[in-house]
Amino acid sequence: MSSVTDTSETTHSASHDVHDPHLHDEVKVELSPDFLAQADKIVSKYPVSKRSAVMPLIYLWQDNFGYVSQQGVRWIAQRIEIQPINVMEVLTFYPMFRQHPVGKIQFKVCRTLSCALAGSYETCEFLRKKCGITEIDEHGLGVSDDGKFSVEFVECLASCGTGPVVMINDDLYEKVDTSKAQELLNKVS
Amino acid sequence: MPAPAEMRIVLKNIDKPGYTRDIDCYLKHGGYEELKKAIAMAPADIIAEVKASGLRGRGGAGFPCGVKWGFIDPKKNTKPVYLICNADESEPGTFKDRQIIHKEPHQLIEGMIISCFANNVKLAYIYIRGEFPYGAKILEEAIEEARAHNFIGTNILGTGYDLEIYVHRGAGAYICGEETGLIESLEGKRAYPRIKPPYFPAVLGLYMCPTIVNNVETLCDVKHIIKMGGAEYGKLGRPNNTGTRVICVSGDVEKPGYYEFETGKITMGELIYEVCGGIKGGKKLKAIIPGGSSAKIIRAGEVFKVKEKQADGSMADKEIKLEDVILDFDSLAAIGTMAGSGGVMVMDETRDITRCLANLSEFYAHESCGQCTPCREGAQWMKKITRRIATGEGRAADVPLLKSVADNIAGKTICAFGEACSWPVQSFLAKFKDEFDAKAAAGTGPVVRPVEPTMSAPKGSAAYKAAKEPVIAG
Ligand SMILES: Cc1cc2nc3c(=O)[nH]c(=O)nc-3n(C[C@H](O)[C@H](O)[C@H](O)COP(=O)(O)O)c2cc1C
Ligand code: SF4
Ligand code: FES
Repeated sequence: MSSVTDTSETTHSASHDVHDPHLHDEVKVELSPDFLAQADKIVSKYPVSKRSAVMPLIYLWQDNFGYVSQQGVRWIAQRIEIQPINVMEVLTFYPMFRQHPVGKIQFKVCRTLSCALAGSYETCEFLRKKCGITEIDEHGLGVSDDGKFSVEFVECLASCGTGPVVMINDDLYEKVDTSKAQELLNKVS
Repeated sequence: MPAPAEMRIVLKNIDKPGYTRDIDCYLKHGGYEELKKAIAMAPADIIAEVKASGLRGRGGAGFPCGVKWGFIDPKKNTKPVYLICNADESEPGTFKDRQIIHKEPHQLIEGMIISCFANNVKLAYIYIRGEFPYGAKILEEAIEEARAHNFIGTNILGTGYDLEIYVHRGAGAYICGEETGLIESLEGKRAYPRIKPPYFPAVLGLYMCPTIVNNVETLCDVKHIIKMGGAEYGKLGRPNNTGTRVICVSGDVEKPGYYEFETGKITMGELIYEVCGGIKGGKKLKAIIPGGSSAKIIRAGEVFKVKEKQADGSMADKEIKLEDVILDFDSLAAIGTMAGSGGVMVMDETRDITRCLANLSEFYAHESCGQCTPCREGAQWMKKITRRIATGEGRAADVPLLKSVADNIAGKTICAFGEACSWPVQSFLAKFKDEFDAKAAAGTGPVVRPVEPTMSAPKGSAAYKAAKEPVIAG
C-alpha cells in the first residue's frame, strides 16, 4: 500500500492558497490498491500523452476525498510527470473541480434562461433557505454550517425543456418547483 | 395546412416503449448493420457518400461534414488522424445529444466507428460534458459491449482495422464545446481555444495531428447516410439543408421538448403553435431565440425582407412573416439569425426582456475563458450593465454604452465565443430598443456598493457578505 507523504509543505505557500484552511493539514492519505489500479486504467486511456489524464485523475481524487487538496495536486503531478502548477491551472479553471470540501449533498440548480423562465431562481432561493445557507462565495457556492448541504447555481444542464432542473450529486431532477424541491429535500436528508 | 409530421431518423428509437440502451436491443433493431456495410467499402467511398449527402454539422456552425473530412489528404498526411465526438452539449437551449447518449448510445458509437474507419482513425475520444456522469458511464459500458462484439478493438470484424474509443469527461466549462478549446482540454490543459489559422483541427488538432471534431447528432447521421446512400439522404430536406434535424424547444410553450423534422419542411409558426401547442397559458408570443442562446433574437410580429431566387434564376425581394420562416440553416441566416445548435427558446408577452438578456449576459460572463481582453472584459461589462438596467439601477446612457461594448468584441477575439456573447446583446438591443431605453431611463443610476468580493476576500468577511446576487429571473 502506498501513501502520500508531504515533501514540500514547508517551503511554499502560493498566494492563492492563503485562505485554504487545509493547506497545512497533516492528513496522510492512504491510497488503496483499488485507487491506484483505477489511476493506472485512467492513464492507459491516453497512450499519446499522460498529461491528458489530469482531468480524470482530478475526478478520481475528488470522488474519493470530496475535494482536491494540495497533496492531491502533488500526487497527480507525480503520477503523470507534470508540474504541480499544471495540475493547479486545470483544477482552478473548471467549475466542477473543488479545492475545498463542499456539502455531502450537493444541489446544483440550473440558472440559465429556460430554467430561469420556469422558476429556477425561486427553487435556488428556497433550497438555500431550507438548507440554512446564509453565505455564498465568489462562485455562488453556499455550504451549510454542518457541511451537510451545498447549494449553487450552475449554467445550462442541457435539459432545458423540463426546467427548472436540479442535480443532486450525480442525479438529475426535472421540473423542480419549490414543492418538488421540498419533496427532494425530505428524500435526501 | 397542418404541420408536417415528425420524421424521426436519429430519434427513431428514442422513448420507444420497451426500447433499452443495451447492445442486444440495438442489434435486434438492425444495429451495427451499417458498420458491416461500411467496413466492406473503401474509406474514400464512404467519404464520397457523406459528401454527396450534403450533411452539415449539427453542433452549431453547420459546416459540411464531407468537406471537413476531405481536408485531411490521406496521400499527403503522415501523422495519425484522431476523431473526437463533441458531446459537450452546453449551448443553452440545446438538449438533444443527452437523449441519444442516455437512450441509444450504440447509435452514436456505430456512427463514430464508421466515421473513424472512413478517415483511417485508430484512436478516438468522446468528449462528454462533466454534468453527464451517467452519460459517461453509459457510453463506457456501450463501448465495452461493442468491444465484446468485435466492433471496437483490434482486427474489427476480421478486416485488420483497429480502433480504440475512450470517453473523456469535461468539468463544467462551456468553452470546452468550442472545438479547439475542447482539444486543449483533452490534452490536459485549460480549455483555451486556439487561434485559427494556423490551428485548424484538420491540420493541427489533438497532439498537433489532424483531427476531426463532430457533434453527436452529426455522427449519428453518418450511420443513416450509409444506410440510405448519400444521394438518397441528400433528397431529404432542401438543397444545402439536407436530412433531418433535431429541434429542441424550451421556454414558454405548452409542450416543450425535442422533435425531429425533415430539414426545412417546418416553419416557425407550425413549430410553436402546432407542434408545441402554442404559448403557455394562452399568452401571446414576445420573442424567440431560434438556435441556441447565441443566436440573434427575433421579435413577435416581425416581417423580414429576404431575397428569393426565382424560377428564372434572378433574385427578387420578398416579405416574410416570422411565423412563415422556415427552420433551416439558410432561411434563418437570411433573416439575420441562425439555426445554430437547434435550440429554440420562447418568451411570452409577460417577460421582461431586459431580465432575459441579463440572464444570458451572466452566462457569457461566467463562461468566457478569459484569454482575449475584449471578450473577458466585455462580457463582464455586458453582464454588469444589463444587470443594472434590468434591476432598475440603470440610466439612459447605459443603452448606447452597452451597445458600444458589444460592438467592440466580435471579430476581435480568438474564438467565436466573442460573437456568441455579443450577438444576444446586439440583437436584444436592436429588436427591443424601446424597452431597454425606457427601463434604463427610469432607473436610479448605478448604486455604489462595496466592491464585489475577489479572490482575496476571505470567507466570512464583509465583502463576502455584501455579494448578494440580485434576482434576474425571467
Ligand atoms: C463557444 C462555442 C461553443 C460550442 N459548443 C458546442 C457544443 O456544446 N457542442 C457541439 O457539438 N459543438 C459546439 N460548438 C461547435 C464546435 O466548435 C464545432 O464546430 C462542432 O463540434 C463541429 O461539429 P459539427 O461539424 O458536427 O457540427 C461550439 C462552438 C463555439 C464557438
Ligand atoms: S473569445 Fe472569449 S472564450 Fe474565445 S478564446 Fe477569447 S476570451 Fe476565450
Ligand atoms: S437552461 Fe436549464 S437546462 Fe438548459
